[in-house]
Amino acid sequence: MRLDLIRLRNINKTYKNGVTAIYDLDLTIKKGEFVFIIGETGCGKSTLIKMLYREEKPNKGKIIVGGINVAKLRNSKVYKLRRKIGVVFQNFQLLPKLTAYENVAFALEVLGLPKYEIHKKVVKVLDLVGLKNKAKHYPNQLSGGEQQRVAIARAIVNGPKLLICDEPTGNLDPKKSMEIMEVLEAINKLGTTVVMVTHDIEIVKKMNKRVILLNSGRIVKDYEEGTYK
Amino acid sequence: MKALRIFSRSIRDSFKSVFRNFSLSLASISCITITLIVVAVSIVLSYSVNTFTESIEKDVTIVAFISNDKSEEDIKDIEKHILALDNVHKKNVKYRDKMDISDEMMQSSEVFKGIMQDWTKEESPIQNTYQVKVDDIEKIGDTAKEIEKIDGITSVKYGAGMVEQMVQVFDTVRKFCIILVVALVIVTAFLIANTIKITIFSRKREIEIMRLVGASNTNIKIPFILEGLLLGILGSIIPIIVTILGYAKIYEHFNGHLFVSFITLIKPYPFVIYISLILVAIGMVVGMFGSWRAVRKYLKI
Repeated sequence: MRLDLIRLRNINKTYKNGVTAIYDLDLTIKKGEFVFIIGETGCGKSTLIKMLYREEKPNKGKIIVGGINVAKLRNSKVYKLRRKIGVVFQNFQLLPKLTAYENVAFALEVLGLPKYEIHKKVVKVLDLVGLKNKAKHYPNQLSGGEQQRVAIARAIVNGPKLLICDEPTGNLDPKKSMEIMEVLEAINKLGTTVVMVTHDIEIVKKMNKRVILLNSGRIVKDYEEGTYK
Repeated sequence: MKALRIFSRSIRDSFKSVFRNFSLSLASISCITITLIVVAVSIVLSYSVNTFTESIEKDVTIVAFISNDKSEEDIKDIEKHILALDNVHKKNVKYRDKMDISDEMMQSSEVFKGIMQDWTKEESPIQNTYQVKVDDIEKIGDTAKEIEKIDGITSVKYGAGMVEQMVQVFDTVRKFCIILVVALVIVTAFLIANTIKITIFSRKREIEIMRLVGASNTNIKIPFILEGLLLGILGSIIPIIVTILGYAKIYEHFNGHLFVSFITLIKPYPFVIYISLILVAIGMVVGMFGSWRAVRKYLKI
C-alpha cells in the first residue's frame, strides 16, 4: 500500500477576473506514480498543477503535498514546499549566461550547499539526463531537447519527491519528445512521483500510465494505468 | 556555514550587479557623493558654530551700572531682583565695587593711572556694577532690558548687536544646510530605489528560478539590499577623502581659525575620523533604505 503524496479535496479556483478554472475537484496521487493530466486548452490543467507548487492559491478546499498544507501556506514559507518539488516548463527557463552545469548548480548554490557537494550532485544528475559531455555548453549551443534535459536536471538535482512538468515536450519534435519521456520515466523509476500536463496524446498512449482527463475545470475521467487508449 | 555561503554569494551578486548597470549605479553613487559632501560641510560648519557660540556664552556678560546714590542695602536689594530674573545664570552674578574697577583700570594703563589715582571713593564717577551671565545667549537682549528696568540701575551694556548677528548668520547657514541635506537624501534614496528597480527587472528570470528551486524570500532579497548598501559605501569614498584632506588643508590655511580669530576650528584629528564614520553610516543607511523600498515595491514574492 503506497502512501498519498498529493491530496486535493473540494478545490475551487476562480481568478480575479471572474473566470472559474477549477470546480469542486478531488484528486489523490500516490507516492511513485506517473500521472498525465490532459484536456483541451483552458480546461484548467495548468491551474491545477500551479496550485500544486503554490503558484496559485485555491479559493476553497484543501491541498496537501508531501505533508504540507499548501492552501494555507504563507508566502514566506513557500520555499519549504518548493524544496520538495521540481518544476519543468515548456520554455525551459534556463539562464542564458550560464552553462548547462552552472544552470543546474545554480539551484543548489542558492540553497547554500558546499561546492564539493554541488559538484557531486550536478555531475550525477547530468549523467542521468545524458548530458555529461555537454556540461560546458551554453543554452544557445544546445538543441531544444538538450535544453529541456538541462531543465529537468535542475528540477531533480535536489532530490525532490515530486516532479511537475508543464508541457515539457510542447516545443519538441516527436523523436526528441520521446527522449524526454525516457528521461522522465527513468526518474520515476528512481522513486520520484511525476505529474505531467500535456497536449500530446501520442505520448500519453505510448506511455501507458495513469491519465486524468479534465474538462471545464472538472475531472471527467480518471484512467488507471494502462487503460487509456 | 550555510548562511555564510549564501551571504558571500549575495555579496558577489551585488558587486556584479553594480557593474552590470554601471551608468545607473554611477548616477546613484554621484548623488550620494554630492549629498555626503554637503553633509560633511554642514557638520564642520555647525560644529564650529557650536564651539563658537559656546565660547561666547561663556564670555558674554551683561554689565549693569548702579547709580552712585544707592546705599549698600539698596545694592543687596538690586542683587535679589537680578537673581529673580529667568534667564540669569544664578551662580554668575558678580558684584564689582567701583574701587576694584578703577584699580584694574589704573593697572592696565599709565594714562588712566595719572587721572584716576587721586580720586576718592566719593569723587569717583565710576559706578559700581553687577556682572551678569545668562543661560540662553539668544535672549540676552531681553534679559538686559529687564535688568535695566530695576530701580537703581542706570544703564546696562553687553556686546549688543554684533553677537546676536553672528549667531543668527551661523544659525541660518546651519538651517539651510540641514534642509539641503534632507532634500538631497530624499533624492538620493529615490535614485537608489530606481537603480535597484532596474536590477530587479533585469534579473526577473533569475528571481523566478530562485523561487522555484526553493530559495527563501530573505535569500532572494539580500543581494538587492546589499547592492544598495554597496552603492552607499562607494558613494561615501570621495566625500571621506575630501573631508580628510580638505579639512586638514583648511585648518592649515586659516591657522586653526575660521575668518575671524575667535572662531576656533576643531583640530583635524580625530575630528575627521568621526565625520568619515558618520558619512559612511549615512551612505549605508540611505542606500539600504532606497533598496529596501524598491524591494518592497517591485520584488513581489
